[in-house]
Amino acid sequence: MQSLKLDGNAAAGLLREVFAVEITTATGTCDGCSSVSAAGAFVAYTQAPGVVLRCPRCDAVLMKVVTDGERFWLDLRGLRSLQL
Amino acid sequence: MARAAVLGRLTWQVAEALEVVPETPRVKTILLDVPGWPGHLPGQHVDLRLTAEDGYQAQRSYSIASAPGTDVLELTVERIDDGEVSPYLTDELRPGDRFEIRGPVGGYFVWEPSRGGPLLLVAGGSGVVPLMAMLRHLDGAGEDVPATLLFSSRGWEDVIYRDELERLDGGSARVVHTLTRSQPDGWTGYSRRVDPEMLAEVGPATDERPHVYVCGPTPFVETVASALVELGHEPSQIRTERFGPTGG
Amino acid sequence: MGRELTPIVSRGFRGRRRDEGPPDRVPPGQYVTDDFPVLSAGPTPHVPLDEWDFALVGELDEARRWSWEEFRALPTEEVTVDIHCVTKWSKLDTVWEGVLVDAILDGVQTEAEYAVAFCDGGYTANLPLEDLTGGKAWVAYAYDGEPLDPEHGGPVRLLVPHLYFWKSAKWVRGLQLTTVDEPGFWESNGYHLYGDPWREQRYWGD
Repeated sequence: MQSLKLDGNAAAGLLREVFAVEITTATGTCDGCSSVSAAGAFVAYTQAPGVVLRCPRCDAVLMKVVTDGERFWLDLRGLRSLQL
Repeated sequence: MARAAVLGRLTWQVAEALEVVPETPRVKTILLDVPGWPGHLPGQHVDLRLTAEDGYQAQRSYSIASAPGTDVLELTVERIDDGEVSPYLTDELRPGDRFEIRGPVGGYFVWEPSRGGPLLLVAGGSGVVPLMAMLRHLDGAGEDVPATLLFSSRGWEDVIYRDELERLDGGSARVVHTLTRSQPDGWTGYSRRVDPEMLAEVGPATDERPHVYVCGPTPFVETVASALVELGHEPSQIRTERFGPTGG
Repeated sequence: MGRELTPIVSRGFRGRRRDEGPPDRVPPGQYVTDDFPVLSAGPTPHVPLDEWDFALVGELDEARRWSWEEFRALPTEEVTVDIHCVTKWSKLDTVWEGVLVDAILDGVQTEAEYAVAFCDGGYTANLPLEDLTGGKAWVAYAYDGEPLDPEHGGPVRLLVPHLYFWKSAKWVRGLQLTTVDEPGFWESNGYHLYGDPWREQRYWGD
């Protein structure tokens, strides 16, 4: 069985379409378990209708990114903060 | 960690193939001319996009193999038999052909001299590519940073960059191979999957607090990362890059 | 963004052969695949069947719950349907076994006009109740004659083939009946609230 789990780094290109700064070196705090990790160390699921980044400790959803090629939708509800 | 640099949003650029070089029966390196390439750090990747005549597009990520500062951008691509992009790149692409890339992307799985050492690089198969960019950078820049590559391949003929790694071994880096499926006659090296015992023997020891970079297929990365933590390496010292099903 | 450049054609690149299929069965923008691609927004949950139940909650007289044995004692049927994923693949003549959602809602008194399918792992998808009733939707436990594989949503997934397949929630554990249409996991972040493949309702505003 193929594994669908990747690192936050795998979403770096998509995130650079949205943000004008490098996000994978930013550190995010999980709103669920309070753990702090670099976005590059988030767990990434990219084989989905959008990209889902999850907490490496508790698997909670930290970010959802959807694009239709022109618009982008970002759901950051799982991130308490993102330090750039 | 460096302050977040404002980079501007990422755009697609045209890349032209200069040469396609076989590395192993399944792996080729593509030398690219990318006018206006902004430069990169060792460990970064590019997104690559192919467009068919009917407008159909397919996009994948590939690690950059070349060291920073070189004129020619090198990507090393493993052929995934049922893939869509890699068979085109390894079988069809000819010098002069063009496609689009954007990058470099990814600032996390990156080693810069300011991070220091020692370095432990653990590669499974084509996971060696971003680690090779680090080794080439170390070698070319004459950095005095102890670096060890533990490289797991199926067989001796499957070892990517084999001759170059032989040259680097004992010089700017130490290279340890393990061959998991077949070994040449007289092979005295490791012949099993990477495990905690092998990682402990290869070193560096945990009290040297090496920066560890692990790259390969997802199961390989998970196994190695768990083994490293089991040995006592701090999770914050371990950076991973998994190759997923989009690798085709 | 990132579209300053007209894409250049890569000589000799055709991509995987794309079969548009019969237009009366394959919605616009879709191609037919023989594979069954696995999409996943998170880790695959593994809940033992003796801890598993299916729940009907929300706007109804009394919440209902079925253990695995009780669920499997409900009347079942085998259906052959076409499925359409918003990532543009369609798969024709897929064979499922499941319990009609009508059987689960049988006898329920409710003011609700909508439902949210909720799942192990936290995934949700919203649907109008009328799209779940009238023989159009199932809770499926088998695919192609075999118990539903965990990577495809086993032990059970929702099966609503007339909507994009993200509505057919994997690892579904119940339905919450609601009076307002509550956007689910993808619908709250860009994907269409309803998701009719024949009208290409992929994203907000489509």
